[in-house]
Amino acid sequence: MRKMTKALTGMSSALLLSTAIPGMAKADELTLCWAAWDPANALVELSKDFTAATGTTMKFEFVPWPNFADRILNELNSGGKLCDLLIGDSQWIGGSAENGYYVKLNDFFDKEGIKMSDFAEAAVNAYSTWPKGTPNYWALPAMGDANGWFYRKDWFAKPELQAEFKQKYGRDLGPPQTWDELKQVAEFFTGREIDGQKVYGAAIFTERASEGITMGATSALYPYGFKYQQTAGKYDMDGAVNSPDAVAGLEAYKALYKCCQPPGYTDSYMGEGLDAFKSGQVAMAMNWFAFFPGLYKDEKVGGDKIGFFVNPKQKVAASTLGGQGMSVVANTDNRDGALAYIKWFAQPEVQKKWWALGGYAVHNAVLNDPSFKASQPFAADFLVAMNQVQDFWQEPSYAILLQAMQKRLHDYVVADQGTAQEALDALVNDWKEIFEDEGKL
Amino acid sequence: MTDAPSTIAERSADMLARATPSKIAVRVRGLSDRAIAWLFITPTIALLLAINIFPLIWAVYLSFTNFRANRPNAEVEGVGLRNYQRVLNDADIWIAMQTTAHFVFWTILLQTVIGFALAYLIDRKFRGHAFWTTVILIPMMLSPAVVGNFWRFLYQPQIGLFNYIVSFFTGIPPSSFEMLGSVSLAPWAIIIVDTWMWTPYVMLICLAGLRSIPDYIYEAAEVDRASAWRQFWSITVPMALPFIMLAVLFRGIENFKMFDMVMLLTGGGPGSTTEVASITLKREAFESWLTGRSSAFAIILFVAVFGLANIYVKALNKVKQR
Repeated sequence: MRKMTKALTGMSSALLLSTAIPGMAKADELTLCWAAWDPANALVELSKDFTAATGTTMKFEFVPWPNFADRILNELNSGGKLCDLLIGDSQWIGGSAENGYYVKLNDFFDKEGIKMSDFAEAAVNAYSTWPKGTPNYWALPAMGDANGWFYRKDWFAKPELQAEFKQKYGRDLGPPQTWDELKQVAEFFTGREIDGQKVYGAAIFTERASEGITMGATSALYPYGFKYQQTAGKYDMDGAVNSPDAVAGLEAYKALYKCCQPPGYTDSYMGEGLDAFKSGQVAMAMNWFAFFPGLYKDEKVGGDKIGFFVNPKQKVAASTLGGQGMSVVANTDNRDGALAYIKWFAQPEVQKKWWALGGYAVHNAVLNDPSFKASQPFAADFLVAMNQVQDFWQEPSYAILLQAMQKRLHDYVVADQGTAQEALDALVNDWKEIFEDEGKL
Repeated sequence: MTDAPSTIAERSADMLARATPSKIAVRVRGLSDRAIAWLFITPTIALLLAINIFPLIWAVYLSFTNFRANRPNAEVEGVGLRNYQRVLNDADIWIAMQTTAHFVFWTILLQTVIGFALAYLIDRKFRGHAFWTTVILIPMMLSPAVVGNFWRFLYQPQIGLFNYIVSFFTGIPPSSFEMLGSVSLAPWAIIIVDTWMWTPYVMLICLAGLRSIPDYIYEAAEVDRASAWRQFWSITVPMALPFIMLAVLFRGIENFKMFDMVMLLTGGGPGSTTEVASITLKREAFESWLTGRSSAFAIILFVAVFGLANIYVKALNKVKQR
């Protein structure tokens, strides 16, 4: 009887332990952490093949975007074991590499014959390398992305609007090619009544808390000629960050916000922008290419009703970089399993299926396929965008650099405080102080 | 034969000893009152030390270092008073403190005036007063997360009920103003929500104060032919004042560290218009990862609240002694 009691106690303790420590991974189980959005659902689908091939159960921890950085960086900082694999934002790579949060993958790539030259160069540079431009790889390019635009093709095609626009601007009403044209088109639609509803020109990013307004405003700043430094690696920001071109870009973004954003969109990011478009409030909206497959499939505004265009140029052609690389978390208890997943994911056939399911593969086998451009209505624009992307600082101190920019931009664009020149001058001072603290200035 | 236990503590110890195995019973029976008292309060003290006192001491230590929680491998160096100096010289932090003061002042003023007025009405014991008391208390029973999201919808310029109500009474088009997106209106939008949610709490405390005033004092005033107005100012207000001051103290401390509601409604925006001190602190600590500097800021806030609360409690005691 006593033996039986002991055995039962032992079994119940084991059961209790197994349920009480959810973070403890089994050897044949992997947890992949990422943001909760459309491509994550595609990855769940794709990963079923990995489970079928290896018998490894895949678990997923998807965090909504506004909390993604907070949640995952806290996890990494605290040495947690929640994630074996992490599809982390491109800006995290500097800090994660220097703090030892990610496993360096060079030896593994060499051993398994995974070549970075098989992936788009811009993606490798953005998602995998630290220090930038060096062959030190901390992630496999997993999800290419950039900020792009979509518009109501059915509204643009209305003959009466076409005629009115041509009379007013002397050209056809179509996807804008420059930021000047973008504002004209947005103004043209703002305040009109279409399908019985008052509509607005464009839904743009204005979110304050995480990264929203920075990602939105840089989509104007980069084409106008904004640069982070005059000379790469010198941190000489004066005259680059606050150059006349940068000021013009920021003014253009604010002008678009003032003229054409729907009321109430003072703190809006991806979700709010999608809502504005899907509810028929706006003629155009900016958002990440990652959402385009879902939008195209949308019953109400997708299909023939939607069109896509790459971020308009102004002085130069440029798009704000999104997207992420897939890294192995250094703290994982299942490094071999995590590396096996990366090896599987890097295969050309898997990458092709990844694209087919709605993930943005950046493997050359996918991008260079002759049928790629015609495979989706936004595929050609994606290629253009990925060849002109620019990214925010990827420094270890990126978080504080980002917060400074969020504050200065929101103060100027949304809260109407000061001028664009003052906002960017203040930003230069903030960033100088940060880099001085870092010992880089 | 042993002496019969005399005090309650001794009797309790004796009962406990009888109910426990003999070896332990000897020990329990031999414990002094003081030892038993320590036995009971030790778990609480240990818990307090672990979750309150230790983090406080640790935060004081961190405030003198350059520690960053996102750089666990970096060397931690002492920086003396530099973090405090930078916090106190940071113009943005002073703006956040001003925003906090504005928020605390107006919420307390409105909640006290409306809360006391409601308590005064409820205390009249009209028909159905129990029902209306329950209805009035509903907002404070809700979670701040629910309230924040709920009011975000109410304030939505195109579909929000609040804008339509304002429009109905003023004729201003509902989508022509943005409660959460306008620099001038956003602080008031938060004050309105906080007042809506927490006035019932102030009302409850005031009601307790009003109910504690003995009826014979009013009866004596009636005999002296004091008017209702005179009774209100000479009896009701002075006797309820300690309770009102207590409500102000509780709400003041709570609102000084207000975070959830502001975060949900405006996230500190537009720009930094509604960025109260707690939001700045969160950004410094968990977005910028300036752990040392944010610890210094937290200590400054703690000292400020602690100091002000102490001064206030002394004033409260003086009022009670009158």
